[in-house]
Amino acid sequence: MSSNAFGLIYTGEANAQLRELTFSRSVAAVPFGGRYRAVDFVLSNMVNSGISSVGLIAQRNYHSLMDHLGSGKEWDLHRKRDGLFILPPFVTKDNTGVYRGTVDAIRSVLGFVRRNTQRYVVLTGSHTIYNTDFDAMIRRHIETGADITIMYSDESGNDFDRSEQYDDLRLKVDESGRVTELTFNPLNPGTPFTGCDAYVMDKTLLEYLVEDAAAHGEFDFMQGVLIKNQQKFKFYGWKYDGYVARLNSVMQFYRHNMNLLKPEVAADLFNPDHPVYTKVKDEVPAKYVGSGCARNSIIADGCIIEGEVENSIIFRGVYIGKGSRIKNSIIMQASVINQNCDLDYMVLDKGCQVLGGRRLAGYDSYPMILRKGVVV
Amino acid sequence: MLGKKIVAMLLAGGQGSRLGELTKSMAKPAVPFGGKYRIIDFPLSNCVNSGIDTVGVLTQYEPLALNAYLGSGQAWDLDRMNGGVFVLPPYVSQQSGEWYSGTANAIYQNLPFIEQYDPDYVLILSGDHIYKMDYSKMLEIHVAKGADATIAVLNVPIEEAHRFGIMNTDDSGRIIEFEEKPTEPKSTKASMGIYIFNREVLTRYLVDDTRSVSSEHDFGKNVIPAMINGGQKVYAWEFTGYWRDVGTIASLWEANMDLLGVTPPFDLNEKEWRIYSRSPVMPPHYMGSDAEVENSLITEGCVVHGCVRRSVLFAGVTVEPGAVIEDSVIMPHTVIRAGAVIKKAIIGENVLIGEGALVGCEKLPEDEPYDTKLTGDITLVANSMEIAGGARVPAGKVIRFDPENRAE
Repeated sequence: MSSNAFGLIYTGEANAQLRELTFSRSVAAVPFGGRYRAVDFVLSNMVNSGISSVGLIAQRNYHSLMDHLGSGKEWDLHRKRDGLFILPPFVTKDNTGVYRGTVDAIRSVLGFVRRNTQRYVVLTGSHTIYNTDFDAMIRRHIETGADITIMYSDESGNDFDRSEQYDDLRLKVDESGRVTELTFNPLNPGTPFTGCDAYVMDKTLLEYLVEDAAAHGEFDFMQGVLIKNQQKFKFYGWKYDGYVARLNSVMQFYRHNMNLLKPEVAADLFNPDHPVYTKVKDEVPAKYVGSGCARNSIIADGCIIEGEVENSIIFRGVYIGKGSRIKNSIIMQASVINQNCDLDYMVLDKGCQVLGGRRLAGYDSYPMILRKGVVV
Repeated sequence: MLGKKIVAMLLAGGQGSRLGELTKSMAKPAVPFGGKYRIIDFPLSNCVNSGIDTVGVLTQYEPLALNAYLGSGQAWDLDRMNGGVFVLPPYVSQQSGEWYSGTANAIYQNLPFIEQYDPDYVLILSGDHIYKMDYSKMLEIHVAKGADATIAVLNVPIEEAHRFGIMNTDDSGRIIEFEEKPTEPKSTKASMGIYIFNREVLTRYLVDDTRSVSSEHDFGKNVIPAMINGGQKVYAWEFTGYWRDVGTIASLWEANMDLLGVTPPFDLNEKEWRIYSRSPVMPPHYMGSDAEVENSLITEGCVVHGCVRRSVLFAGVTVEPGAVIEDSVIMPHTVIRAGAVIKKAIIGENVLIGEGALVGCEKLPEDEPYDTKLTGDITLVANSMEIAGGARVPAGKVIRFDPENRAE
């Protein structure tokens, strides 16, 4: 079923806490779950909601993202009518090319917004991972007559850590679901309801809001549009009860990846009713050789496992040599671990190489990262 | 339309009756192989990797699975503006209309398809062989020798040569005699069923062959001998890599096992000759805390809590705790319940093996007699079947499709 909404994904989040993971890529392109990139989830959510037109605002380090998305055919967004539109920054008389914030970015792609024939826009960021379709949220938006509907999750089960706070939008809602108070990066949140960086609104309202915010010198959507206008407009919350992974820091990245080893989290994020699409690499099935084995681990296709793997996430095309032991680690695509290595609490970015006999270890509370392409 | 240098025609019509239950509802080329492939992925990927972008797939038996699988050809990079992959079933025209009566007749009926592209050469392939071959090298030799036809041949052991079509060549490689399954073979060069023809020569011989009432309209039996006898320059091109006809249960099982090990007889991990296939869109596989594995291939979507030894698991297979799988091939989306034991078996797609069931277990004297002509000692469970909890399926038995015992 085609939807009366189009998607707009902002991928310009600049979060220094992701350290080496975002040196050469945007958050949207951060690898996740053995074969995915962060943006695959929100993009698949849109496709699984029948959304056929998606604009993706590229901002920084977007080569890796463009390489990943290509024409959008893996998401079935390679279309004659609608499809995937990658919207990189460009210089015009009132646009310097570098966006100062989300408002700036959305304003520069208003041409795309206007051209869409659908009435509603689903506006999202790219660092929040969840698997749902937006149908229920859009329905709720129409029923309540809200100006903006904000997707949120209840984070009371997770400890609040101020050092990991990033674009933290907190909501208080009344019984009808109407938002009574919105706060941004609060010192003391006072509510466990946390925004999921996904909004539904009428596209004409979005046009008005970003123009208005820009006219008042505001650059950021959360602060300049949502917080500023909370008295003026009718905001409703839409509570999402599934698993939500916010990639706010290296620690969060590590924890959410590891949580995939829990069957209930894997069942939620990899719900077969909502398949998660990603770039197809035509790798061969994973091959276990000799005494190669794996326990409590996720192993992607294209891997050759000759060593032992435990409590780890192994991405596509990784080689693990004989006698090597990999524990509590995340090994990204095409990394090579030679023979007799010991790795514990390590995050290896793409294409790393660990020579024979090396021992590398981080710690539970501080997994070490090897940045892309490092040889140890 | 722009002309093409070469067009490939893939003969995918085979029912593959020796694969028994596996080809009950699909043509042989659509049979799953190697964890995430179907047999047809091999010739198709060979075409793409050899730079051939126009492929006709000729089929008349259970085309649905094949048709759905090929789709637009995108998975093989064959969704092209000019060219691509086309499924070519038999059709009715104003003058006539008939089923394909043989391999040569199938190509004859599709000469208009070939003519659209005005190619200089036509490559004829079978859809039931597992191998990696660079057809462009074969074409190079074909052109260099000024041949009218070139046949790929494989050196087989002399004691097995009587099972094949054998080419007797002179010193230059020119075929002087072709013998179909000779009792006393003079050579060990077996035809692989892969031919390159000059289009104009092929057209001429196919038209002649169609007029001949005594012909069986088969390339090996009729067209090739006619060309040799007609003085055409027919050369043999020797292939030295891995090649298997997976037309029987035993050969299908063996070819799957040939993928295992450090240096397997058939290595799929070569980056420069990738085999493409339609992606199942599933997450990476998960190995549980008590999972055991030894020398196996495991694909995306699998969840393994039991023990897997020397086996090939296709996409989306579930192995529950305590289940043991040895020397077996488990096709997509099959569920093996707790404590079940499977030995030396091929288990079809969407099968449910009940708790504690024994598949491929030892035959007991009280077991009802059954026919193992097709299977030997390999146990076969047809697609979509349910094996009840605790049931015994002795080695070599075939569990046929039966709507009464369909897995939900």
